[in-house]
Amino acid sequence: MSDEKISQAEKDEAADLAERAKTAAAAAPEAHTLFDVQEMELNFGPQHPSTHGVLRLVLKVDGEKILEAKPDMGYLHRGTEKLFETETYPMGIPHTDRMDYVAAATNNHAFCLAVEKLLGVEIPRRAQLIRVILDELQRLSSHLVWLGTSGIDLGAVTPFWYAFREREQILDFFEEYCGARLTLNCMRIGGLPFDLTAGWTERVSEFISDLPARIDDYEQLLTDNRIWKKRTVGVGVISAEECVEWGLTGPIIRGSGLAWDLRRAQPYECYEELDFVVPTRENGDTYDRYIVRVQEMRQSAKIIRQCLSKLEPGDIRGKVPRVIKPPAEEVYASIESPKGELGFYCVSNGTNKPYRMHVRPPSFINLQALPRLAKGHLVSDLVALIGTIDIVLGEVDR
Amino acid sequence: MNLSAEFWTYAKVVLLVATVPAIVGFVIVLAERRIMGFMQVRLGPNRVGPEGTLQGLADLVKLVTKEDITPAKAEKAVHFLAPVLAVIPALTALAVIPFGPPVKIGKVMVPLWVADVNIGLLFLLAITSIGVYGIILGGWSSNNKYSLLGGLRSAAQLVSYEVPMGLALVSVLLMTRSLSLVEIVRRQESMELWFIFPGLVAFFIYFVSGVAETNRNPFDLPEAESELVSGFNTEYSGVKFAFFFLGEYTAMIIISCVAVTVFLGGWLQPFPNVAAFQFLGIVPPAVWFFAKVGAFIFCYIWFRSTFPRYRFDQLMALGWKWLIPMALTNIVITAFAILLTPHRTTGLVWLAWIFGALFVAMYLLSKLRQKLARRERLAAEPHPVEG
Repeated sequence: MSDEKISQAEKDEAADLAERAKTAAAAAPEAHTLFDVQEMELNFGPQHPSTHGVLRLVLKVDGEKILEAKPDMGYLHRGTEKLFETETYPMGIPHTDRMDYVAAATNNHAFCLAVEKLLGVEIPRRAQLIRVILDELQRLSSHLVWLGTSGIDLGAVTPFWYAFREREQILDFFEEYCGARLTLNCMRIGGLPFDLTAGWTERVSEFISDLPARIDDYEQLLTDNRIWKKRTVGVGVISAEECVEWGLTGPIIRGSGLAWDLRRAQPYECYEELDFVVPTRENGDTYDRYIVRVQEMRQSAKIIRQCLSKLEPGDIRGKVPRVIKPPAEEVYASIESPKGELGFYCVSNGTNKPYRMHVRPPSFINLQALPRLAKGHLVSDLVALIGTIDIVLGEVDR
Repeated sequence: MNLSAEFWTYAKVVLLVATVPAIVGFVIVLAERRIMGFMQVRLGPNRVGPEGTLQGLADLVKLVTKEDITPAKAEKAVHFLAPVLAVIPALTALAVIPFGPPVKIGKVMVPLWVADVNIGLLFLLAITSIGVYGIILGGWSSNNKYSLLGGLRSAAQLVSYEVPMGLALVSVLLMTRSLSLVEIVRRQESMELWFIFPGLVAFFIYFVSGVAETNRNPFDLPEAESELVSGFNTEYSGVKFAFFFLGEYTAMIIISCVAVTVFLGGWLQPFPNVAAFQFLGIVPPAVWFFAKVGAFIFCYIWFRSTFPRYRFDQLMALGWKWLIPMALTNIVITAFAILLTPHRTTGLVWLAWIFGALFVAMYLLSKLRQKLARRERLAAEPHPVEG
């Protein structure tokens, strides 16, 4: 009985719909025959100048308006997480270099931090300070790469050259410290591989004292530039609540007004005793994320200066057993990488190799929000949005 | 040897067609790359020849010897035609540009222009708009989505910026009462007033539209590298690409030439009546012309290394909501200034002073606004970081 009723209701509804469709068709008989409007599918990448690597986006566009953007990743997948399982703990560190390859030091750091947490090792103070200095130099260089490339994405070519001039200097510092410029491999479980070379601290502090004026240069080209503002203000707005829901971290969530920075929220190494501010902005658009990153560069310079003044001679490695065999436990350790929360989830089964190593890469998780951010914007904005999320495909795909 | 005037006309045509590409390749491109290098703390090309002066030759050899690829699914005939359409009108337009007053060679007075067409300005606007077809057809015939988007962008952009450009020139026509470019220069000579002064607004609108017309920063959307890979010319290589390239740079030259002729007194020297600047008369008029054009080309290069790129809708809004109404208002104001003081130039001189004062005021206001915005931003920041 009741089934019949439902089916009757369904029939009525269907008839009603058909009726409505008919009247609609009568009202606009040939609305789509003269100019047959079609959505175009546009393949954006993996070989495209502004996808910052090998990201592929499948776009549905109406003219230039984006109806849908589907990221397609995996072009740089190298199975890093699986590789960790096949090699001993110290052998895992070079693999982390290849994840976020513009910020290798922070990757090394997060990996070491996870293993140290398993082992329960104490890190000597000098090593802690040098780690923080390396981290912040890395943050500067990563943000400089971001500044230059996202400027180019929006057609401003000159800031790129200025930013890379300073980045070269930072890479020189890394080269002097550990011999490598990009894939640094500059940290060890329990501390550091080397002590600083003579004169390194002086050179770094000289660079750091120059830096604020250099940052002023970039800002002069962009911050108050009308076109720059037009291209970034109100583009890709996301609220703090949504950031939390998507799990976005780093400059994106701070640009939306939430002062979430692991260096403050869950201090590691010696960040607790350092004096710095977590810059935030309220609007959560591309412009605010730009301002936040520029401010972070200034804060990084401040942190490095403090650490340099606190440096005292001492050990650079804690008491670590010759063969690293952590107890069978699970830990999660995370740091604030230049792109957001970089975490390593490590499961140990008591052998000298991790049973499972999972990475929480900020680039990958932040990239999730791209379809949400891009919807309804123009193709030109998409380029700005990829820039503002600041992804590195090595980290997205691992 | 006494050569006829007719000979000289042909000679000038050949000379123009032969020298302009060379000037583009050897002088402008090199200057652009070196100047941008200087602005961007790098060197720019300095290997081929002394200080890179032969870079143009190397580029030419590279472009000519490159494989000329036509995509399999391209519209072949149109794909071939498009670069030709981009470059021929641009070169043709140069015919009416007066580079200097007539000079005496042998017994013949040879004017430094190919043709003094009495509708010169109209001819220029008409012929340069044909160049748009090259870009649109090139974008469409490549059968590539990025090219198509680039072509569409340029179709909209070039067509809409032609309107304010034409309107800006109309206000100058009110002052000259002639469309002949030679006559426009002569009139500026007799009025002893370059039209940039009473036509300051028109000049501004003209130059902005001109930059947009030539697809240069910050209006280089049709070939926005970071968005559309290379826009309309993505599928072009070798000589065909060189043609597009040449077309774009020749268009830059034309826009600059017209700006100089119409607004900056063409070949005239500055301050002809000021005794202290009499020595400037030593410089030949044609040199003045080229120096002024060079200044405009420098501006193009300067813009390119300074500005980010506009977005498509913003570009359209700028053209239709700002430049066109401004140009229309400017025509009305100029007409009033002329009508209020018939047979005299007093009205135009007043206008020049008013516009000048307006621009200075606007410049100061924008500086003030920038300063206030900066202060506000700094106040909102966490706290100042000690230098």
